[in-house]
Amino acid sequence: MLPTPSTSHVCFDRVYEPAEDSFLLLDTISSSSEAAFLRERFHEASSTPPLILEVGVGSGVVLAFAAANASSVLGRHDVLTLGTDINSFACKAASQTVESAIKDFGCKPSVFLDIVNCDLASAVRSHSVDVFIFNPPYVPAELPDLSRHQSFNTLPAGKESTTFEQDSYLLELSYAGGEDGMVVANRMLEQIPEILDEERGVAYVLLCAQNKPEEVKRRIRDWGPGWMVETVGSSGKQAGWEKLQIVRIWKTAA
Amino acid sequence: MKLLTLNFLTCAIKTCKTSPASFPLHPRDCELEVVESESVNLPFLKNILPRLMWDELRVIADELGLPALPSTPPTRDDLVEPSSSSTTTISHAQNAGNAAEGQQQAEEKPSQTARDLHRVLLETCIKEGKLVCGNCGHEYKVMEGVANFLLPGHLV
Ligand SMILES: C[S@@+](CC[C@H](N)C(=O)[O-])C[C@H]1O[C@@H](n2cnc3c(N)ncnc32)[C@H](O)[C@@H]1O
Ligand SMILES: [Zn+2]
Repeated sequence: MLPTPSTSHVCFDRVYEPAEDSFLLLDTISSSSEAAFLRERFHEASSTPPLILEVGVGSGVVLAFAAANASSVLGRHDVLTLGTDINSFACKAASQTVESAIKDFGCKPSVFLDIVNCDLASAVRSHSVDVFIFNPPYVPAELPDLSRHQSFNTLPAGKESTTFEQDSYLLELSYAGGEDGMVVANRMLEQIPEILDEERGVAYVLLCAQNKPEEVKRRIRDWGPGWMVETVGSSGKQAGWEKLQIVRIWKTAA
Repeated sequence: MKLLTLNFLTCAIKTCKTSPASFPLHPRDCELEVVESESVNLPFLKNILPRLMWDELRVIADELGLPALPSTPPTRDDLVEPSSSSTTTISHAQNAGNAAEGQQQAEEKPSQTARDLHRVLLETCIKEGKLVCGNCGHEYKVMEGVANFLLPGHLV
């Protein structure tokens, strides 16, 4: 078992607290089958350092895990890690989580870049991402009103703490996914072919049962020749259905 | 925010992405901070060379008023201290393969060029300032080291 990063410094009133979904991502990317898949793809010592991008880092637990354990997962220790979140408080918290995880137990850690405050991967250069990770806001619930974002994304003027209303808004952003819980995830899926490295890029996205995962997978296969998608991790069986699953998306030479 | 991060970012406006002028983002009115890290990761520096957009990095360094970077990127050999590389050439010739690679890395020491590159890419951070798109002129703020790429259009 690889160690789980500490998030004890994070205030969970306004940043998503690591939960079953977060841990399913950790377990999946470090499972023996995924580690084997990733090593096969990235082990070549002469190839350039792979870039791991996580969108929606929240507390940073997943990116920190990947950053500190890059050598066991990808088989090399020159990996780059980058994150984004729409919540500026999450960006700051996650930076600290990644930095301490690297210090605490990364014996040959990855090279941590930054966490940027960004909508999905909108500021990331095309085709620069080798391993993409996203645990989206996936609950079928109405999306919060983003017109308030700018004022809620920083501390109120002259104040040392956030308001209750602000915290509820920021937490809503972390779970509410609109219709079928897929509105934010669908916007991200659309960007995936654009940001992934054309040869070696691979994406891991978490879906829940209400997201209609089989339909989502069918749509991904329709992106065009060569696009592949497979469920590579799952948890919480409910009446024969997996409550949560991780799909791996990648492209084969078609 | 580290300067190496700028190697992977562009303007967040969709229509800018197809324009070469949207990369790199241009730092303006920046307050820099040097955050020293423990050691130079020499294998990383060697491997990252082909991923660096060198001309763009030179522009950024120049705009930040940092010492000018050479017009061509260093080679892998430039990053190794000469006194440490002579022994490695021998060991490399004697046994090819992974074991030698590991051994070779253990013996090599970073050159001044490697330390300078490490300083520019990973230790020089933008604390406060702006990043400006060369295509549309949009200014993205950096506050307390965090760059904000949110656009009013994202927030609807
Ligand atoms: C379910 S949480 C996952 C957090 C963390 N990755 C984990 O697994 O514990 C979803 C995260 O996505 C972020 N998020 C929501 N919408 C976003 C968007 N449009 N762009 C970037 N991040 C977003 C939220 O702020 C939240 O941190
Ligand atoms: Zn622009």
